[in-house]
Amino acid sequence: MAFCSRNSRNIINNLKSKVGLSRLMKPSSDCCYTSCLNNTNRCRFLAPQLRNPDSHSQNKGHFFCFQRFQSTTTEQHFASLPNGEHNQVLDFPGGNVVFSPEMQFLSESPGVYNPCYRVLDDNGQLISNSIFVQVSEEIAVKMYSNMATLQILDTIFYEAQRQGRISFYATTIGEEAINIASAAALTADDIVVPQYREPGVLLWRGFTLQEFANQCFGNKDDYGKGRQMPIHYGSNKHNYFTVSSTIATQIPHAVGAAYSLKMDKRDACAVTYFGDGGTSEGDFHAALNFAAVTESPVIFICRNNGWAISTPTSDQFRSDGIAVRGQAYGVRSIRVDGNDALAMYSAVHTAREMAVHEHRPILIEAVTYRVGHHSTSDDSTKYRPANEIEWWRMERDPVTRFRKWIETNGWWSGEAESQLRSSIQNQLLQAIQIAERAEKPPVKDLFTDVYDNIPWHLREQEKMVRETINRHPKDYPADVPF
Amino acid sequence: MLGVVRQKMLGQSLPKIRPVVSVLRSYSSAAKQMTVRDALNSALDEEMSADPKVFLMGEEVGEYQGAYKISKGLLDKYGPERVRDTPITEAGFAGIGVGAAYYGLKPVVEFMTFNFSMQAIDHIINSAAKSNYMSAGQMSVPIVFRGPNGAAAGVGAQHSQCYAAWYASCPGLKVLTPYSSEDARGLLKAAIRDPDPVVFLENELLYGESFPVSDEVLDSSFCLPIGKAKIERVGRDVTITAFSKMVGHALKAAEILEKDGIDAEVINLRSIRPLDRSTINASVRKTNRLITVEEGFPQHGVGAEICASVVEESFAYLDAPVERIAGADIPMPYAANLERMAVPQVEDIVRAAKRACYRSVPLAAAA
Repeated sequence: MAFCSRNSRNIINNLKSKVGLSRLMKPSSDCCYTSCLNNTNRCRFLAPQLRNPDSHSQNKGHFFCFQRFQSTTTEQHFASLPNGEHNQVLDFPGGNVVFSPEMQFLSESPGVYNPCYRVLDDNGQLISNSIFVQVSEEIAVKMYSNMATLQILDTIFYEAQRQGRISFYATTIGEEAINIASAAALTADDIVVPQYREPGVLLWRGFTLQEFANQCFGNKDDYGKGRQMPIHYGSNKHNYFTVSSTIATQIPHAVGAAYSLKMDKRDACAVTYFGDGGTSEGDFHAALNFAAVTESPVIFICRNNGWAISTPTSDQFRSDGIAVRGQAYGVRSIRVDGNDALAMYSAVHTAREMAVHEHRPILIEAVTYRVGHHSTSDDSTKYRPANEIEWWRMERDPVTRFRKWIETNGWWSGEAESQLRSSIQNQLLQAIQIAERAEKPPVKDLFTDVYDNIPWHLREQEKMVRETINRHPKDYPADVPF
Repeated sequence: MLGVVRQKMLGQSLPKIRPVVSVLRSYSSAAKQMTVRDALNSALDEEMSADPKVFLMGEEVGEYQGAYKISKGLLDKYGPERVRDTPITEAGFAGIGVGAAYYGLKPVVEFMTFNFSMQAIDHIINSAAKSNYMSAGQMSVPIVFRGPNGAAAGVGAQHSQCYAAWYASCPGLKVLTPYSSEDARGLLKAAIRDPDPVVFLENELLYGESFPVSDEVLDSSFCLPIGKAKIERVGRDVTITAFSKMVGHALKAAEILEKDGIDAEVINLRSIRPLDRSTINASVRKTNRLITVEEGFPQHGVGAEICASVVEESFAYLDAPVERIAGADIPMPYAANLERMAVPQVEDIVRAAKRACYRSVPLAAAA
């Protein structure tokens, strides 16, 4: 691969001088130079000729790498090339196609991996010459507080499950930056269609610790009326669609919501999250394809955290991650360091502008690591080394990294840190206590919401249940209101 | 492969397309005739006109005017934003429809046949039917999934299955099965207006059939209640329940039975979920005998549910065992003679009614 790119640079320079190629390689917002380099991977299959960059036939071969971007201008250049009649452009219904007498397969792997956008280094210091969207002190501090809160919330709820106080939990440890920074870059009108590892987005939007606890304990104050397992939060007033356990089904939902926003001419977009595993589902492909065709204002955020329960990404797909797939569907895409809160913020902010003002979908692949187990039903040390988990938890913690940046700016201190942590800890423990003691949802909530209006047969069943309870009051639990 | 078979189906449906008869709203007293196709088209047109949130989505619904011409003229009238041709992905466009419904629009999603809805069934059940409950009323799904269901003519096993029983077993869904043009208009309008997700099972062979329609039916505010069956023919001796195309068979069977002195009551179910148990039971309490007719597979079918309902509520009133007439328990064969034997025929219903009335009758059909 290195051999290829070294030679391709020579070839490019060669061609540039010979045929004024620089005009052709206009870097537009749609095609960057990197993808040109990827295309020259085709030179692999012409290996014997590579050593002779001056041969005409070989030049002709490589010339094809760049034709995809400027099909009209190529026609003029073809006239000036020897054997020009092979190089026609024909207008098929499937697209403007340039013919080639050389059989060239697109390589299955890129010459160069899709670069990953980051702005802060591992120590939370700004990388020089980085491009990013500026964040005010207020927003940055709020982002950090939310990230720290999310960490503490996860730790405490996880322990509550281990203690048997709630039935289930799934943490977001390691992905705090993705959650909070992306939420911070959106507006309250943007519709969020989550998978299940994005409670931070809800936290940013104002969901309280008590509201989180109520859902996990399934009490009468749960907005979900105790209908779902813990972590299946949902809140209309926060524009956060209720979490559904099914993987990747939310992706086409988001496209539908985005299409509706476009039809209503709203200044808002839909945002959906999913993991690396979710991109294998059919729904992912249908949704991306559809979003491109319908030109819907939707942002797809893939949390590529390396693991789908025990399936590593090497068993999940063989493409160079997720962002390159977006390009295949005609969706503008970017790969971002998911543990860099500032980069995430900048990417999502920019993506939102594009989505809303240009009516286009954007795919963001946020590379990160799932520090926690998949859920409380999982022990990930069974399939990955414990020291790998520890290293990511300690050395690559996105929360610490962002804290270093705000400390460098003089916006945070050790005192503020300990104050925040102890305050959140106390609030959470209290919220859990209150949630645990609260009454469960009433019996009538068993039968409502199946349909818009309760049908007669369910009303009858409810009546029968109440009669049974009246006949056997001792067998009925005390904390379930009647 | 799907594309090839669909071409074949479209080829078959073309001869059945008649020039569109525009719906005249004259005020004469003579009953007008209307095909089921026109009934569905006019219902869609009127609901889209009345509510800008309603939009149509599916394969071939726009430029092609609908695979069975049900959406003819709608693209020209409402534009490509409201009549959306989709790529070939039932899972995709069902999911997108559900997403739009979560937002608050009212999508009408067309499946070219309900056999293809199996590709999207996760979205119909898990994303549409259960969402209002799982979200505790925060996310309602006012969506309609419609399309032809059941056997057509010579389309083979993968294009002939009836899905009424499958969808009707799921709480959260409503399942409707129109028979006549009046049913088609009234039930489709009701489905579009309903805030719950509705599965609307049409029948390809009925599209071209004409039925008389009154002025009331032609009015744009016409609507039928969901969950009410219609007694198509009042009788005294035996109750025959049927839905969709089988209603026509049941009515023909009733005419034949009349000559033999058996007065059959034919119930057009119209709604499979919710099932109109009170009408069925009231009828059985009157006639004391019940035959259920359906095109779909016999095991766990609609007839099984009706039989259970009658046994639970009107057992003492039964004078004969309940009999279910259903499609043969085999994948639908293609050859015309085999296909005829795999689907209930009028003679099957007549024989079953006679058995219920204790008349001696040969059990099996001759080839």
